[in-house]
Amino acid sequence: MQVDEATVRRIARLARIKISDAEAKGLETELSGILDWVKQLDEVDTANVEPMTRVAAQTLKMRDDVVTDGEIADQVTANAPLAEDNFFVVPKVVE
Amino acid sequence: MTDLTKLTMAEARDGLAKKTFTALELTDAFLGAIEKANPALNAYVLPTPDHARVQAKDSDKRIAAGRARPLEGLPIGNKDLFCTRGIRTTACSKILGEFSPTYESTVGQNLWDAGAVMLGKLNNDEFAMGSSNETSAFGNVVSPWRRKGKDGKLATDKLVPGGSSGGSSAAVAASLCLAATATDTGGSIRQPAALTGTVGIKPTYGRCSRWGIVAFASSLDQAGPIAKTVRDSAIMLKAMASHDPKDTTSVDAPVPDYEAVLGKGVKGLRVGIPREYRVDGMSPEIQKLWDEGIAWLKSAGATIHDISLPHTKYALPAYYIVAPAECSSNLARYDGMRYGIRVNGGNLIDTYENTRAEGFGKEVRRRILIGTYVLSAGYYDAYYLKAQKVRTLIKRDFDEAWNKVDVVLTPTTPSPAFAFGEKTGDPLAMYLEDIFTVTVNMAGLPGMSVPGGLSSEGTPLGLQLIGKPFDEETLFRTAQVIEDAAGRLPVPEAWWMKG
Repeated sequence: MQVDEATVRRIARLARIKISDAEAKGLETELSGILDWVKQLDEVDTANVEPMTRVAAQTLKMRDDVVTDGEIADQVTANAPLAEDNFFVVPKVVE
Repeated sequence: MTDLTKLTMAEARDGLAKKTFTALELTDAFLGAIEKANPALNAYVLPTPDHARVQAKDSDKRIAAGRARPLEGLPIGNKDLFCTRGIRTTACSKILGEFSPTYESTVGQNLWDAGAVMLGKLNNDEFAMGSSNETSAFGNVVSPWRRKGKDGKLATDKLVPGGSSGGSSAAVAASLCLAATATDTGGSIRQPAALTGTVGIKPTYGRCSRWGIVAFASSLDQAGPIAKTVRDSAIMLKAMASHDPKDTTSVDAPVPDYEAVLGKGVKGLRVGIPREYRVDGMSPEIQKLWDEGIAWLKSAGATIHDISLPHTKYALPAYYIVAPAECSSNLARYDGMRYGIRVNGGNLIDTYENTRAEGFGKEVRRRILIGTYVLSAGYYDAYYLKAQKVRTLIKRDFDEAWNKVDVVLTPTTPSPAFAFGEKTGDPLAMYLEDIFTVTVNMAGLPGMSVPGGLSSEGTPLGLQLIGKPFDEETLFRTAQVIEDAAGRLPVPEAWWMKG
């Protein structure tokens, strides 16, 4: 058991997902089970191993620094739950 | 007139070229079948008949004018993970609501530019997270396959079509499209293909553009087709693959004509059999299937070599760090502000939390939480960095194997299709479905599942081929040899058309 209820609540807060008391209890067991299982990676000696950052050897692509897109505010806001004059309307963030 | 929906893509292409039938007739045949079958199978979350007929009529004009493109008039299904301009795209999650993209995925655009007709959007596990299509906000997809009872008759319990591309695999197996788009992050093309007797290929990471595909785990996600035959999957991949400036990980290399290599055979080809894939508790029928695959390739002139991929057992646990970590980061964008649903709360954070609790399903929430945990302060090195190092070792195993062999043969799944609810109680049991497929994503390699035979329950089993980076051609010609030996596995009875 490496994940307790307080930790579950802390992670859920970080992830911005509301959880009920009943869910927190269930997640404690589930997350601990999964994290215990992935712990078997500790058996692998990775002392001198570089982490994988890309799957295929490839030189980074460069492109000209020019504007290729834009002037589509109506499209950008088209799917907003609430929009006005091509602005997103969001809950009040500053008191 | 023959049932046009039973044709393979290659046969339909010939029929259209010879003007035996029109693109509209072909499209109408599929639309009729979808209308009849979808209440039972739930493969499509959004059939698009009007859109399909417009495309089909345009195809007929082009064919008449002698301007047919490679996939002209061929009806396909499109997984709901691919954005479609002006057509609802949800990744089968509630959180996207009625999201209607203002752009088309590059893979989709390539297919429409080649003349393909879209019949509709296909069901999948929510955000492609699942191996049974039981996590979709639109409900389960039912496999067209059923177990055979002791009396020789079909049992009535419903089986899963695999996942996450369960709508794609079920629709292809039930002849509700000629072929379908799909995506594969840990096995989501190959496992559903194996469980439904269809062919699925996940190409090398970078072969297809990921632009316009709803992201799950960006270093693992790759698009590919599910189709009825090896040839059809070659036709599809050729059209789907391209270099795309909008995806920096897409590769700037010519796309070969995969169909041209299908008849090349496997004479002299070195086939590797990794001993680590003989896992504890593997069912005897999976072992038998594997042995048969070896025998087919041997008799076609290939040589068989035992190989070792020592870090195989660590691929799945490493995957369940990397994939949730990248998922938690990718899915942070669903905040209820810019698109999708918003569930208001007392303050801004409350609104975020309510929206995400209401919008995401259980499995997606679980993976976001795991990902958030492994990336949180103090844990990054112990989990994510460690997993990425193990990934280097997994890739190194394959790099060494390629000195000795040209292709690797394994089973696709540890068992045949299971019934609904059989594995939903324990997340780890479900994760084990991907034990033979995740290594391929972790190493970025191409992998393909081709039907190998039937289980004792009368349901399909698949063989997996793993290739060198960007050597899809070897997979196609090897798969063709297996298909020629094993035969195709059509669904024995269209029970869903009866009620």
